[in-house]
Amino acid sequence: MHAIEILGLSKDYPVGFWKKALRPALKLLNLTVEVGEAFGFLGPNGAGKTTTLKILMGIIIPSAGSAKILGRDFRDPEIKTRIGFLPEQPYFYDYLSATELLDYYAGLSGMGRAERQKRIGPVLERVGLSDAGNKQLRKFSKGMLQRVGIAQAIIHDPEVVFLDEPMSGLDPLGRHEVRELIQGLKDEGKTVFFSTHILSDAEALCDRVAVIHKGELRGVGVVKDLRSAVAGKSEVVWEGAHAAAKVAALLVDSHVTGDIVRGTVPSSDLDRLLEKLRQESARLVSVTPLHGTLEDYFLANTTEKEAVIS
Amino acid sequence: MISRLSAITLNTFREAVRDRVLYNLVLFVLLLVASAPLFGEISIGLERLILVNVGLSSISLFGVIIAVFVGIGLVSKEIEKKTLYTILSRPVRRWEFIVGKCCGLLVTLVTNTALMTVGFYIALLATAHSLHRSDANILVAIYFIVLQLMMMVAITLLFSTFSSPIFSAIFAFALFVIGTFAEDLKNFAAMASGGARWLVTALAYVVPNFASLNVISQTAHGQAVATSLILFNTLYAVLYSAAVTAGAVLIFERRNLK
Amino acid sequence: MLTLFAGSIFSRHKVENLRGKEATLEEVLYLPSGKTVKRLSLGYSGLLADIYWTRAVQYFGAKHTVHSTQYALLYPLLDITTDLDPKLIVAYEYGSVFLSQPPPEGAGEPEKAVTLTEKGIRENPEYWRLYFTLGFIHYMDLKDPRSAQRAFQKGSEVPGALPWMKVMAARMAERSKDIETSILLWQGIYETVADKDVRNAARTHLDSLLADRAITQLEQQVQIYRQRTGTLPASWGDLIRAKLIPGVPLAPKGEPYQLKANGKVDVEDPTQYRYLGEWQHNNWLPF
Repeated sequence: MHAIEILGLSKDYPVGFWKKALRPALKLLNLTVEVGEAFGFLGPNGAGKTTTLKILMGIIIPSAGSAKILGRDFRDPEIKTRIGFLPEQPYFYDYLSATELLDYYAGLSGMGRAERQKRIGPVLERVGLSDAGNKQLRKFSKGMLQRVGIAQAIIHDPEVVFLDEPMSGLDPLGRHEVRELIQGLKDEGKTVFFSTHILSDAEALCDRVAVIHKGELRGVGVVKDLRSAVAGKSEVVWEGAHAAAKVAALLVDSHVTGDIVRGTVPSSDLDRLLEKLRQESARLVSVTPLHGTLEDYFLANTTEKEAVIS
Repeated sequence: MISRLSAITLNTFREAVRDRVLYNLVLFVLLLVASAPLFGEISIGLERLILVNVGLSSISLFGVIIAVFVGIGLVSKEIEKKTLYTILSRPVRRWEFIVGKCCGLLVTLVTNTALMTVGFYIALLATAHSLHRSDANILVAIYFIVLQLMMMVAITLLFSTFSSPIFSAIFAFALFVIGTFAEDLKNFAAMASGGARWLVTALAYVVPNFASLNVISQTAHGQAVATSLILFNTLYAVLYSAAVTAGAVLIFERRNLK
Repeated sequence: MLTLFAGSIFSRHKVENLRGKEATLEEVLYLPSGKTVKRLSLGYSGLLADIYWTRAVQYFGAKHTVHSTQYALLYPLLDITTDLDPKLIVAYEYGSVFLSQPPPEGAGEPEKAVTLTEKGIRENPEYWRLYFTLGFIHYMDLKDPRSAQRAFQKGSEVPGALPWMKVMAARMAERSKDIETSILLWQGIYETVADKDVRNAARTHLDSLLADRAITQLEQQVQIYRQRTGTLPASWGDLIRAKLIPGVPLAPKGEPYQLKANGKVDVEDPTQYRYLGEWQHNNWLPF
């Protein structure tokens, strides 16, 4: 049994004045996530990540396709006692306190009163909100809201946790704490499915990732494998800016500072570059093999050259 | 199911209280206290009548205003603020959400009305210096007002599932106004002919009949209300509200939420 | 902010002065009927009825103070009031007196008073006292004792009616043209209607009528004295000593009657008894 199984999920939005044309937000998505995995769902803004999550949660109705969570149809209401969801930039009833919110939500998820009273304290502590338990949510900072969001996603001890951009809007300390939390969930054996466009987080936490762009799946795989798909580059540093123009064709990119040139070249072209430089009487400073990064893979598969902030 | 429904109901009530909806009671009390002696100056012996008229009309009007202004936000606020997302990710059925919200607002209104009723009877006692048995008939008028409020909640909720708050408010108030002369609509229908007659008759039945739920004048003069009227009005209000709520559920279940 | 608000009050004052005192009543002239107002009342017709009633009273009161002879809006206001709340008895009673009385006491529209009172009877068939007011109008202002008799008769048949209704019916049948009937009618109004304006009017009429009756009787005693003694009495003391009257006669307001030199009796201050002698000068048509 897979934790999550997405089969041919599609979503089209009617656009235009007469609502006749269709804009595809998701095109025949097929994806499987195993139990206990930490799975990263990557893509630029507008790729379809949030659409996918909203369909799985029943917020949006798909145009075609289906999905299964823990072997049951994703629309089965009973399965929702075993999953948790943190939406992007969450907002909660601001007239409630954190404790009241968790109590309310846990009750809706089927937990009995005694059980709720036992769990709320520890969960608040786990997300670092134990002193803010009785404060009204309208007074919470963004980071605190994010933590409440995670708390409500796990209060009922679900087996699968869905997180949509869990790091968004957090400062580095906050991001670190959320990373720790996700790691903790992994350690507990839960399946974590989270979408993000911050690749370093995905690299650090995920077992497998999928890259989605313009509603289409571009690639799925273990992080290590994806990285090496774009590996095989070397960085060469030399003195002799005059040679830069001659070897430009071989380089992937280059920086010139004074007379020092720093260039990146595919490993297959390394020898040719060194030969050319010798011909031009450039003085070699260093040659360093580079590891592929997820970013490289990402950029290779998403044709827009968007600036991705890590 | 019951526990989820009651949880949503209570939370909706809690929201209304914390949003200080109940502060309208202060205005109500002020109104009661100020108005009766004023009118009594004009015509002695009418103090009690005017107090009952002012009191019951206020209970009704305040109730309708709350029903509409809180009702328009019941669903649309949750969609706009996205608080709905984390609710739907839980085993809450969409219909449970609608019904729970509806009941929550109803509980708020019943509580509000009950408190107003207590205040009203105190004022009545102070003005008339004693209560007659016929004063109990006023409770029937208040009960009918609550039935009207129940229908208004359902109507507002229906609009709230697909329309923006402003339009929901306009449509809901419009239906309230038309509902007060629903019986006239039926008379107009009788005067029309052919297709127009069908249309107006249909409209007359779709629109809530608030005219027959209004016994304020009657009970203000101390008259009783027939038990059969009480029974059938209750049945009508409950069935109408249920039908409209069902409509709201149907629309809400098909909605893609942004 | 305060200055702005004060300025707004000033301008509002000006606007209200421009519109005149009867601005709130303007729409009464343009509304087709009470039924329309009822439709617009959103179910709060009882409250609206109370408001229109208040307007009617203020309208009449204001005009009455300046001795106006025109009360054009009184009937429409009362008509709308009773359309909104058909059970507002006091409106019918108020109308029956002040619509029917000739100006400047009233609007001088007895037919409209009859219409209004009959509406009241239709809507409140168990309230027999409205038959009394109906009879009152027919007798007093329409000079129609037959219709008055019919009204009193019908009223006496309503369960719970006081037997005195039958008495009034009988008096009508006798076509009595005497002061007693007038006294009984005004007394009936005074005791029946709770409205203070109506009661004041009834009181004023009653005082004059009682004074009229007393003066007639006192002048009769003066004549008896003259027949016995051959002279007119000089003071009340003479009549008392002659055992013709028990004591100094007091007028309804408490002050003693004046014995004139020519044997006539009068009240000390005729302005207090406006209707003195009127009942005799009423425009009676022979039955």
